Amino acid sequence: MASILRPAVEGSLLPYGLGRSYGDSCLNVNRELISCRRLNRILGFDESSGMVRCESGVTLTEIIEVFLPKGWFLPVTPGTQFVTVGGAIANDVHGKNHHCAGTFGDHVHQLGLHRSNDGLVVCSPNENPDMLRATIGGLGLTGVIAWADIQLRRVEGPWIEAELTPFQSLSGFLDLSRDSDGRFEYTVAWLDCFAGRNLRGIFFRGNHSAENTKKFRPKRGPKLPFALPGWLLNRTTVKGFNTLYYRAHASKKGSAVVGYDSFFYPLDSIRQWNLLYGKQGFLQYQCVIPESNVEAFEELLDRIARSGMGSFLGVLKQFGAAQPAGMLSFPRPGLTLALDFAMRGESTLQLMRSLDDVVLGSGGALYPAKDARMSPELFEASFPRWRSFVPYIDPKMSSSFWRRVTEAQ
Amino acid sequence: MNTTSSQADSSQVRIASGTQSTLKKVVVLGATSGIALEVQRQLVRLGCKLLLAARSEQRLEAVQSDLLARGAKQVLTCAADLAAIENHAGLFDFVRRSFPDYDTVLLAYGAMHDQKDSEASIDVLLEELHVNYVSAAAILTLFADDLERRRTGCIAAITSVAGDRGRRANYVYGSAKGALSLFLQGLRSRLHPAGVKVLTIKPGPVETPMTDHLDHLSSAAHFAEPKRVARDIVRALERRSPDVVYTPKMWRYVMTAVEHIPETIFKRLSF
Repeated sequence: MASILRPAVEGSLLPYGLGRSYGDSCLNVNRELISCRRLNRILGFDESSGMVRCESGVTLTEIIEVFLPKGWFLPVTPGTQFVTVGGAIANDVHGKNHHCAGTFGDHVHQLGLHRSNDGLVVCSPNENPDMLRATIGGLGLTGVIAWADIQLRRVEGPWIEAELTPFQSLSGFLDLSRDSDGRFEYTVAWLDCFAGRNLRGIFFRGNHSAENTKKFRPKRGPKLPFALPGWLLNRTTVKGFNTLYYRAHASKKGSAVVGYDSFFYPLDSIRQWNLLYGKQGFLQYQCVIPESNVEAFEELLDRIARSGMGSFLGVLKQFGAAQPAGMLSFPRPGLTLALDFAMRGESTLQLMRSLDDVVLGSGGALYPAKDARMSPELFEASFPRWRSFVPYIDPKMSSSFWRRVTEAQ
Repeated sequence: MNTTSSQADSSQVRIASGTQSTLKKVVVLGATSGIALEVQRQLVRLGCKLLLAARSEQRLEAVQSDLLARGAKQVLTCAADLAAIENHAGLFDFVRRSFPDYDTVLLAYGAMHDQKDSEASIDVLLEELHVNYVSAAAILTLFADDLERRRTGCIAAITSVAGDRGRRANYVYGSAKGALSLFLQGLRSRLHPAGVKVLTIKPGPVETPMTDHLDHLSSAAHFAEPKRVARDIVRALERRSPDVVYTPKMWRYVMTAVEHIPETIFKRLSF
């Protein structure tokens, strides 16, 4: 690694995992990426404590494949398993258990970081604690993560006891969320973004199941072979889909034992699902709005509904109150909403700018891992302390995202 | 030659690990290669015990600890440069002593030089032929004799689609791999009466350290992931039926077409 880092020009490099960030935080246009895919060894595992040491290019899929049969699962998992451990740390990803388990970074006990000027630096709460906090959520800018110690979580098996409940208002969602926090490890909601203020959605909650006798087979769904025509997803088809989806799930109300894969990773079962959006692709918008600011949240939903541009992927989750693990961690107390928008050019960008205004006014924030277009002002408002992160950046590292949101300032 | 042994307790398995496997004890020659690495990880998931041979002791140890952390029951290692035929007897002796009831041998090492270098230097040319063909044929003969006597098991070797037709861009590497394919073809026929399976594995270009010097960007779509190639290999090892496996599968069709291009046209093609 030193032979890559040392001779490099300042600001010319960025570590790259599986490239699943939605925007340019994993890109380095006209500069270079360091592929971490071959850093894919598991270095050690303690059967009694569930602590695994692995290199940063190991994927979450691999961790599950290797350790679930031994009775261990990821302490926190995002909505896709096709990400690397390095990426999960660099974006300090969260999952459906944020309210009780915090973020991925909360379970990283130690990590080794290749720095261009100091070689391999070990970071833990006792050793270089600031560098650890900078690297968690540090967007790959502090150096190349070599390895990390991650505390896995004991489970009985691959099954989740899941429950779904329809809701018809924001207060309905908030009640369900509050009611579930102490009793359910995982909570999340699907939202019909065409419903506007007459919000409706499906609340999913679940716990790891003690069931361990049923035979489990991972689901392998179809693969989209090519980009579908862009017009296929339009207001009418998506609105129709949402209504059908809502009705189908509302009628299934109740609990069931489901595989971890269909509970955590429904989209992973359709490989290359992104091609659904056609050649123009899509933009994702994920923000967090402070909980006290329900009006702002309603305004946000209103603007989305009025635009008629929302899609079938609306995800709503209440974050917990835990202190963030990293300097630039995104999760903070409040409501987070994630939505896909098919890219239709200026009209899509205009809608997003109008959503930005609401987020800015509410004291909320946008998620860098999902962003391709936020303004430097919004970044500043989302991460007011970003300047204290700057000293920890490795001088050889930079990214398209970082230049976009900070260079004007 | 240095050897080490390491054992780990088998862990409780709650998830069905898939197909019934007759693979149990596998010797891998060239165990630190990009493809071998992924094959071994999948073999570990099937519960196989492994004996790994490769040149670099340090890299072998890293591979061993990765496999043990993944729950391998047994991983023996033997650091030896297999390109040097004088090392073969020592390795074979170690296998016979410490892994006598192995059922499968997978030859996974190879070397690819820049074609231009092997045109410019006879030494490079000879080395490429020696590593990919001469040494491979020599060591497989030791294992073939043993398995033939025991009337069981499987010999598998990774050759290449490059061996199916000589091309301007890589005919030195291709001729060595092609010779190895022919060798395996004959060996298959020889060992058939003894019930020993011989599997020829022909991958297309794979994204591994061996191919790093090739231009990935211009042909990225043709480069397969080692994990995917390994899946095809393990599936073929598990079964009795295939004699020759192309991976990814499309290469079987591509190479059939390539082989049918008349020589008068083919010689004008620059790929």
